[in-house]
Amino acid sequence: MGMTIAEKIIAAAAGVSEVKPGDIHTVELDHLMSNDGTTHLTIDMYNKLKNPTIADVSKLVWIVDHNVPCDSVKTANSHKKMRDFAKEHHIQFYEGAGVCHQVMIENHVRPGELIFGADSHTCAYGALGAFGTGVGCTDYLYAMVTGKSWVLVPETLRFNLTGKLPEGVYARDLILTIIGMIGANGANYMAMEFAGEGMKTLSISDRVAICNLCVEAGAKTALMEVDEITLEYLKEHGREPKHSFKSDEDAHFAKVYDIDLSTIKPIVAKPHFVDSVVEAKECFGTKIDEAFLGSCNNGRIEDLRVGAEILKGRKVSPLVRFLVVPASQAVYTQALEEGLLEIFMQAGAIVMNPNCSVCWGSCQGVIGANEVLISTGTRNFKGRAGSPDSFVYLASAATVTASAIAGEITTADRL
Amino acid sequence: MGKVFKFDKDVDTDQIIASQYLLFPTIDEMKVHTFESLDKEFASKVQPGDYIVASENFGCGSSREQAPSVLKALGVKAVVAKSFARIFYRNAINIGLPVIVCKDLYEGVEAGDEMELELTEGVVHANGKNFECTKLPAYMQGILDQGGLIASLNK
Repeated sequence: MGMTIAEKIIAAAAGVSEVKPGDIHTVELDHLMSNDGTTHLTIDMYNKLKNPTIADVSKLVWIVDHNVPCDSVKTANSHKKMRDFAKEHHIQFYEGAGVCHQVMIENHVRPGELIFGADSHTCAYGALGAFGTGVGCTDYLYAMVTGKSWVLVPETLRFNLTGKLPEGVYARDLILTIIGMIGANGANYMAMEFAGEGMKTLSISDRVAICNLCVEAGAKTALMEVDEITLEYLKEHGREPKHSFKSDEDAHFAKVYDIDLSTIKPIVAKPHFVDSVVEAKECFGTKIDEAFLGSCNNGRIEDLRVGAEILKGRKVSPLVRFLVVPASQAVYTQALEEGLLEIFMQAGAIVMNPNCSVCWGSCQGVIGANEVLISTGTRNFKGRAGSPDSFVYLASAATVTASAIAGEITTADRL
Repeated sequence: MGKVFKFDKDVDTDQIIASQYLLFPTIDEMKVHTFESLDKEFASKVQPGDYIVASENFGCGSSREQAPSVLKALGVKAVVAKSFARIFYRNAINIGLPVIVCKDLYEGVEAGDEMELELTEGVVHANGKNFECTKLPAYMQGILDQGGLIASLNK
């Protein structure tokens, strides 16, 4: 029986020739990423161990991105704990460099790797053909101490993509469409694999946007084949694949979906569920108070270019705060060089340092009771962006920017 | 017997414990904010030994282990749901909080009802009826039996 990409990566990490869905294997992990959302608790647990040790410190990457710069004394103390521990144990440490997943993709992730991240959106690494999965701090600590963990081999859902996205429609519209189609637990415990001719039309940025959001359908991981586009990205960033896996012809998929990219339309996910998706036109006219362009999902240079192109020569509505948050310092610098940040600021946007920002609702940019946010962030759960009585709509960089200009939900072609 | 606190489907971890409390220094400081957006009084009403009963996909969303941790810290004896999101499920087992799949209980109890879970038998007793639950896979039952994943590191 052939294997899927997910099965091949687990088999390699477990040192066995074959695995099948439902098997539990002990695996060696390639990287262990943790951010400021939970690391302070991991450290407390580590310090309580009888024999605290780190199996291989070179695998650890710690990133302060959720609340940076720090917003309160409590957070400052948690950050200090993380910073001091990283220094004492010589753990690779980033602070303010960007959203953890963007930093990992720019600097660490290699195809074929098995990576645990103490953050649910770790599935983004599938864009480079790596098996990334989100874990809590107990799993993280166990892996940090032993270098290993256990993995239940997931079933795989396969998405065969054909065609090309229409003008004004983006990878984010595609993945929101898929989540709407299969539901918030449609891929629970499963891997989502993307392949087909349509992949050739999707940049690494597009691929990250797709894989990153798969956890919103419950997926354990998301995976894409390594191709010329992947190899070129890796070359630019000075890395090479560990393995370049493709699913075998006779691999077993729990279900296969065929999606023609040319049929995808601009999408909005309505409050308070990511799978509550409708065509954007159904939300036209909904007044907004804030718009957010950023996050690990949609804060890359390609997204900022889309936003800046729409905003050029226009103004942000005086009734809207438009937050623009590049996903990393590399993205920020590039946007600065290309003059994009100037376009945003001249139009009245608020350009912020790279961080998770209002996507996770615990730092600058949170919204108040009865306020409405349109966001390129990852989630629209009740209270996700601030007040439990607020409302979050998810959409593409283009739809978010167009809405920031109009003061109500709209698409760029209607400006 | 413990009291039932009932929640709907797709309860995400942001509802269990919101982002703004996650960087608090300890779980004890966070736990008073459990389920704040859905039921402001939950943390003050829930008693050790009480249960959470929910529909499909309980614990979806973020990987924050603070979510099962605050429930455990408040003394919640188990979460019984039609299904769980995988990261929450794994985190709960890892910290020693029983998470039990039961397809029928959600329709069989109301908030405030009394129930009892017999973990080893995989049965819930409530309202004079027995509700069969799915037993945990042996590997996960083993982690739960030893008191969570970290216990194995301290052997």
